[in-house]
Amino acid sequence: MAEPTLTWAGVAPATPEIYLVMALCAVLLVEAFAGEKRRGLADTLTLVVLLVGALVSAVYGHVSERTTLFHGLYVADELGYVLKLAGFLIVAVTLVYSRAYLEQRDILRGEYGVLCLTALLGIFVLVSANNLITVYIGVELLALSVYALIAFDRESGVAAEAAMKYFVLSAIASGALLYGMSIIYGMTGSLDLDVIAARVGAGHASLGVIFGLVFIVVAVAFKLGAVPFHMWLPDVYHGAPTSVTLFISTVPQLAYFSLTFRLLAHGLAGVTAEWTQMLAPLAVLTLIVGNFVAIAQSNLKRMLAYSTIANVGFILLGFIAGTPAGYSAALYYTLVYVLVALGSFGVILLASRRGFEADSLDDYKGLYARDPLLAIVMLALMFSTAGVPPFIGFWAKLRIIQELWVTHHNALVIIAAAASVVGAFYYLRIVKLMYFDAPVTNAPKPAGHFGARVALGLNAAAVLGLGLVPGPLLDLCARILH
Amino acid sequence: MITLAHLLVLSGILFALAVAGVFINRKNIILLLMCVELLLLAANFNFIAFARYLGDIGGQVFVFFVLTVAAAESAIGLAILVVLFRERRTINVEDLDTLKG
Repeated sequence: MAEPTLTWAGVAPATPEIYLVMALCAVLLVEAFAGEKRRGLADTLTLVVLLVGALVSAVYGHVSERTTLFHGLYVADELGYVLKLAGFLIVAVTLVYSRAYLEQRDILRGEYGVLCLTALLGIFVLVSANNLITVYIGVELLALSVYALIAFDRESGVAAEAAMKYFVLSAIASGALLYGMSIIYGMTGSLDLDVIAARVGAGHASLGVIFGLVFIVVAVAFKLGAVPFHMWLPDVYHGAPTSVTLFISTVPQLAYFSLTFRLLAHGLAGVTAEWTQMLAPLAVLTLIVGNFVAIAQSNLKRMLAYSTIANVGFILLGFIAGTPAGYSAALYYTLVYVLVALGSFGVILLASRRGFEADSLDDYKGLYARDPLLAIVMLALMFSTAGVPPFIGFWAKLRIIQELWVTHHNALVIIAAAASVVGAFYYLRIVKLMYFDAPVTNAPKPAGHFGARVALGLNAAAVLGLGLVPGPLLDLCARILH
Repeated sequence: MITLAHLLVLSGILFALAVAGVFINRKNIILLLMCVELLLLAANFNFIAFARYLGDIGGQVFVFFVLTVAAAESAIGLAILVVLFRERRTINVEDLDTLKG
């Protein structure tokens, strides 16, 4: 475990983070010196940085087995490798989708890309955290970047309000996380998650550990957006500029999955029975509230926010199974959810114009007649989240329900299946609006950048393709969590 | 003689005060920011108490990280507050009600 000298071989698994820190400093400098003269230069550069980053970490960041670095503060394993590659690519896609939107609202500044990169760095730190300090730093780096991103449009009062609400509530969650960590530290005498895992042995958990666990579960539930800690989520999704909503609904989910996995499933594995008991009622409430409240929404961003809450319920159900197979089902569900959310908010971005947000459900009436591509993509995405078979969302739901069944959580299986049926109603309602209703607004014809439309088409093709051939991704998820 | 229990009770009281402050206060956002700081300091108190009790330096190191992050956090919080005040001309918590549903 001790590394006497710092050698390149010793830090090589941390290549993605080291590269990202250097790259974001470079982008910041370019923006500072050339940003005024050439709008959009830093944005293009950020995109290049992300693609090169995916390449660099694919080549240098791979580890064949679990290794800890920096005196156990940092862990490199296959889960981290896959999530970091996915992180690079997903942020790149969000930037491709957002470019036209940012341009039309005159907020295409280099800082946007830089903030996305710092948020991504926070996600990477969290994904590779093996110590309570690293976990906390990752959570905060991500959260601080996201606060700034939400308030990025300084002309928008709604965005500032959303940022303020998120700031205060998220700070309470961080406080709860810290308080829980301090209790766990006091009870086990270590900040290292491996040591904590060894000391919180199965079967004889002290009351103190359980007390700390409660705070950690609350913080995790808050970050994921589980009911009753979900109040921030619809407001933030609704109030933030759509490009930021796209960002916060996708990549951070990878980080929150690993937060749950590293803290609860790895560090506190000894008290799995206790935390699954705490998560179970939260998951049930999340499924019910998310699906039923979504029906009542007339704003698409807000509806998708409640749909996110409902999906978080499913991710929690995967953890409640409490087995490696259950965690891999949760990971698969997270990746699938991110892919679909990427497309859904991408459609909203491409349908919007200067002065027209395209976030009301009425704006989608007759979309098929105005823009067939957007309507077809949205159709695929909505069928996928509803869980209709040829699409990828079906496999994600099936895996979760399968794992619950195997671990004898029969009541939860029934609730999950019933919640999916309720959810199908509001997803299919969007399809009905797009194909069978006459347009009520004289909404301008969506045009959008060519590149973004190609990316959106590929996104929908992936949702269909990975649904037709689900094997490789399922095997990957099962392999990296075993 | 001050024991570990005394310190833990004090930090528990501070934590509860901070959370209560966030939820009870309906007037002023600046008070919310102060409560958030108190929340982090309550957790810090716990870390220091345990670090002293266990004779382990890790908890004290953690406190330095938390203090640094807390400083960054209040900087961003105040920046958002300035943007909000420019748009709304108010920092009353009850006026933050345009987002609903």
